[in-house]
Amino acid sequence: MRLSRPHFSSPSWSFHLEFTLITLLNGLSYGLLLFMLSSGLTLIFSLMGVLNFAHASFYMLGAYFACAISSKIGFWPALVSAPILVGTLGALVEHYGLRVTHKYGHVAELLFTFGLSSVVIEFVQVIWGKTAVPYPIPPSLDGPLFTLYTTPFSMYRAFIMGVAVFMLVAIYLLLTRTRIGLVIQAALTHPDSVESLGHNLPRVFMHVFGGGCALAALAGVVGGNAFVTEPGMAASVGNIIFVVVVIGGMGSLAGAFIASLAIGIIQTFAVAADFSLLDGVTKLGMVVTPQTLGYTALKISVSQVAPVLPYFFLVIILIFRPKGLLGIREA
Amino acid sequence: MKFQQRMVVFCLVASGALISSASFADTIKIALIDPMSGPMGGVGQNFQRTWELHIAQANEQKWAGDHNFELVMFDNKGSPQETLTHFKAATDQGIRYVVQGAGSGAALALEDAVNKHNERNPGKEVVYLNHSAVDPDMTNAKCSFWHFRTDAHSDMKLLALVDAIEKNKKIKKIFIIGQNYAFGQQVSKGAKELLKQKRPDIEVVGDELHPMGQVKDFAPYVAKIKGTGAQAVITGNWGADLALLIKAAKEANLKADFYTFYAGVTGAPSSMGAAGAGRVKGVSYYTPNIVKFPGHEVVEAFKKKYNDDYYVMGITNSITLLSQGIKEAKSTDPVKVAFAMEGAKFKNLAGEMAEMRKSDHQLQQPLFVTSWTKVDGKKIKYDQENQGHGWKVEARFSAESLAMPTSCEMKRPAQ
Repeated sequence: MRLSRPHFSSPSWSFHLEFTLITLLNGLSYGLLLFMLSSGLTLIFSLMGVLNFAHASFYMLGAYFACAISSKIGFWPALVSAPILVGTLGALVEHYGLRVTHKYGHVAELLFTFGLSSVVIEFVQVIWGKTAVPYPIPPSLDGPLFTLYTTPFSMYRAFIMGVAVFMLVAIYLLLTRTRIGLVIQAALTHPDSVESLGHNLPRVFMHVFGGGCALAALAGVVGGNAFVTEPGMAASVGNIIFVVVVIGGMGSLAGAFIASLAIGIIQTFAVAADFSLLDGVTKLGMVVTPQTLGYTALKISVSQVAPVLPYFFLVIILIFRPKGLLGIREA
Repeated sequence: MKFQQRMVVFCLVASGALISSASFADTIKIALIDPMSGPMGGVGQNFQRTWELHIAQANEQKWAGDHNFELVMFDNKGSPQETLTHFKAATDQGIRYVVQGAGSGAALALEDAVNKHNERNPGKEVVYLNHSAVDPDMTNAKCSFWHFRTDAHSDMKLLALVDAIEKNKKIKKIFIIGQNYAFGQQVSKGAKELLKQKRPDIEVVGDELHPMGQVKDFAPYVAKIKGTGAQAVITGNWGADLALLIKAAKEANLKADFYTFYAGVTGAPSSMGAAGAGRVKGVSYYTPNIVKFPGHEVVEAFKKKYNDDYYVMGITNSITLLSQGIKEAKSTDPVKVAFAMEGAKFKNLAGEMAEMRKSDHQLQQPLFVTSWTKVDGKKIKYDQENQGHGWKVEARFSAESLAMPTSCEMKRPAQ
């Protein structure tokens, strides 16, 4: 006969459920923020073939502009005006910068955006200083939205999710239901025909670039106060959004959506996993001691590698499916 | 050719003139190599302010006789690699005193670089005053004659913290979280060893290392801590890593007590606010709320001048020790000053006697375990970051009770 009464100190079932649900929600909100960031990048790439290295810089500008505006006239005007300002700035960059370098080929464009990202960081440091600026969450959104067993889920995280979903629906409708969207879509596959039909293709490019930058800025407005607004914030997301875009498939909006959610959730859950190769090897019946060759490598737990997991996926995807999950063309 | 020879002669004469002038009134340049930008930049800027304030005081009140101090800033962005580049630049400028404190990774690299430099450049030795980097190795296996630490090392601080944990009987489970570098690893190792000795009944339910200065959202880590049911968290995190950890813990309503090393450092008090009251403990050589605190002037002058809080007493210790050494050696030559600083005793800003132990250059001074408490105007007068909360002393640990044996075998130059 087996008695299997749970031990008193062992966490109960509801405890596991609470943990899983909260982690899932945290992962979802992080993933949706990643999507806001990467959607603009993938849109610009698919249309113009430009890999915009300065994309994360527009995210940072969004946060700083929102910080400055919200301290004067409040958060809600900042939520609208900061993306518009950054979008306009993006359009100007396209018109007076990228368009000029375009005739020298992709390398020139790449170098231009790369240089631009450095310029933006210096610009931000000169104006706002080198350390984090105070950019608080608006009082009306501060506090918990609901409590899951014992863990509150913050209103602001839910707000981020709401903004991202709203944005997703808006882009989808814009691209599929409006005339501008049709022109953009046509320009994706048949740029020459679109131009010969009398559409001003460079202007479409300018709008898409500006729009993409505005989306990044929107992510900055809501991400800046959820986390930290500092000059390093562009660099901290700069790499990860490229991972999202490559895994999702260059130029695929749906792919970027799936990839950002997947990365957000996997990374959040990985933090919780204490499993290491060492456990696996020991379970197989092998005896491992600190003297064994490669003990330090075996001992590393999944949670410790959580921050580098996305890059690991990037390498795997590039080897086995270079065009990404939903990509159309080979990268 | 002739011109070059003449230039050499001229330079020799000129430098001879400089050396001879050293015995009168000298400008002693101090190179501060610490992060002034990035996630840890706020901490570095506070260091800079503390140095500036003290140097102004020291020059005015002639702490080092007729000699004047001058601060030269180098932003290492917290990176060991950049620390070495800046150290090279500082020595190229003829600077003989370097100070550093943020990050044991950078500190270990700097200690090694100073050793090598002094070995290769006799007559141009550099002294390294470490005001805050706390890796125990620096005054044990890797100890150096040229390195002086004016803060307690992490094992000494842990001794005080674990003592407080020992007395808190409601703690049955503990979670250790830290930054993945020299210091974070030392804290994790030391905490586990000490807990095993002092409270074998406590279960360590988590031992987590995360990349330093990279994590922007600590919610997943907090969810994990909550999942383990730990009643207390030990963390060596500092700068943005601590502020964000506490912010996430507050958001998720985590009820655990936090036993911290650096909750009194820039950024953390603001993220604790009232939510941390009674639950966040710190270990420190100082708080302005200790009974009969003698350093009001410094704390108030600092607040007035920078609208920031003074907290790095290690810097005050460093400049006091250096000034005293220069006076005693009657010279600004780093070799002579270093010998004079060995075994030196002085009264620190907390009003306690401190001694620079000769055997390993580890300053011996009392420590306090403190608790984040609402300001009441009587016992707790000083708040931090305008939060209306400050640090209440819960226990004092004498220098003798914290004195730890050292494995240092000090190699001294010829005197």
